[in-house]
Amino acid sequence: MRTIAALLRRDLARLLPGGRGGGMMLPLLFFLAVAMVYPFAVGPDAQLLAATGGGVIWVAALLAAILPLDRLLAGDVEQGLFDQWALRGISEELVIAVRLFAHWLGFGPFLMLAAVPASALVGIDGETLLLVELGLLAGTPGLAAIGILIASLTIGLRGSAALAGLLAIPLAVPLLVFGAGALSAPGEGGLALTGAISLLLVAIAPFAGGAAIRAAREE
Amino acid sequence: MQAHLAATDLACRRGERVLFRGVSLALGPGAACRIAGPNGIGKTSLIRILAGLLRPLAGTVERRGMVALLDDRHALDAQLPLGRALAFWARLDRADVGRQARRLGLAGLEDVPVRYLSTGQKKRAALARLAAQGAPVWLLDEPLNGLDAEGALLCEALVAEHCAEGGIAVVASHQVMAMPAPATLALADFALPGPAGSRQGETAA
Repeated sequence: MRTIAALLRRDLARLLPGGRGGGMMLPLLFFLAVAMVYPFAVGPDAQLLAATGGGVIWVAALLAAILPLDRLLAGDVEQGLFDQWALRGISEELVIAVRLFAHWLGFGPFLMLAAVPASALVGIDGETLLLVELGLLAGTPGLAAIGILIASLTIGLRGSAALAGLLAIPLAVPLLVFGAGALSAPGEGGLALTGAISLLLVAIAPFAGGAAIRAAREE
Repeated sequence: MQAHLAATDLACRRGERVLFRGVSLALGPGAACRIAGPNGIGKTSLIRILAGLLRPLAGTVERRGMVALLDDRHALDAQLPLGRALAFWARLDRADVGRQARRLGLAGLEDVPVRYLSTGQKKRAALARLAAQGAPVWLLDEPLNGLDAEGALLCEALVAEHCAEGGIAVVASHQVMAMPAPATLALADFALPGPAGSRQGETAA
């Protein structure tokens, strides 16, 4: 427990917006900027905006989740922290599970908060906003898990920032299909599937990520 | 629990090249061992194999007691003040890193971000963490790199104390370091004759 608390404390200090890691405010501002620009690009057709606004919020959320990937794990591997943890019997899986939680906490809840002003910008009503919020609640853990997976797989690669984004987007398709799909086909099915995909990804991420980090060590 | 570190018949391959073969050592409480050899002979690889971070091509390593590693990657958060970067490890190790940090001449640097510290100061900070960790087996990879004369003396004193208290120290270095009755393992004796001649031209994959 003590180990988890120490790891979580360090991760949160780095990954929460305004934290020492620096720049974790950026994904949120980026998210709001996309929502703000969208009405200018589409034009002042209120009906069209309301029909597509929820989907745009989802795409903006995906992009915002991808932004911090390059400094999620690579720095700790390069600086030898994972080696020091391994020698202390702290498994890569535990570190990554804690990191996954901190990463989600660093953008998920804030994204849901930012979705409120964003919904006003793209002109969607309260009912749709509720669906978007529920979808984000179900989907953002999955987005965080995809981020962790990709970050661990691209460790040690040059130019991994752009590559990470490119790899993460296809993996996020199921989340987008059901998460944003729940907006046009109301009912609980889409949200439930989004949650199920998220759970699966969250369950896999620590083990796959841990294996990737150990494999990178052998190089 | 008595500290113990033994390796039998270790071989190591980096990329396509076998660096060494047939390396064995057995260290009991209080023993020190220096791994010597020119650059590229595989000192760091041997240290990482002994630490369990790298799989040997052949052979086995037996460890009893926790292993602590000091290498050129200091695992300290560059943007944090030194005091807080060390405090993170102090919490994990349940150790008093501050006392060791003062002993290593880092008093007054607690509020300086790690990225502003010099190479030697970072090395001293890593040494402080190592000394506070309380692990019975120390693996040191080029511990004197970046240290000034006073720092080197402090490092030698730490190793001597550690061994006097029944700890094991393995030091990989091309520099001469004063250690209590060290066994020296010349890694060049175990290098494979074939590829060794062309070593300079090759890079490990």
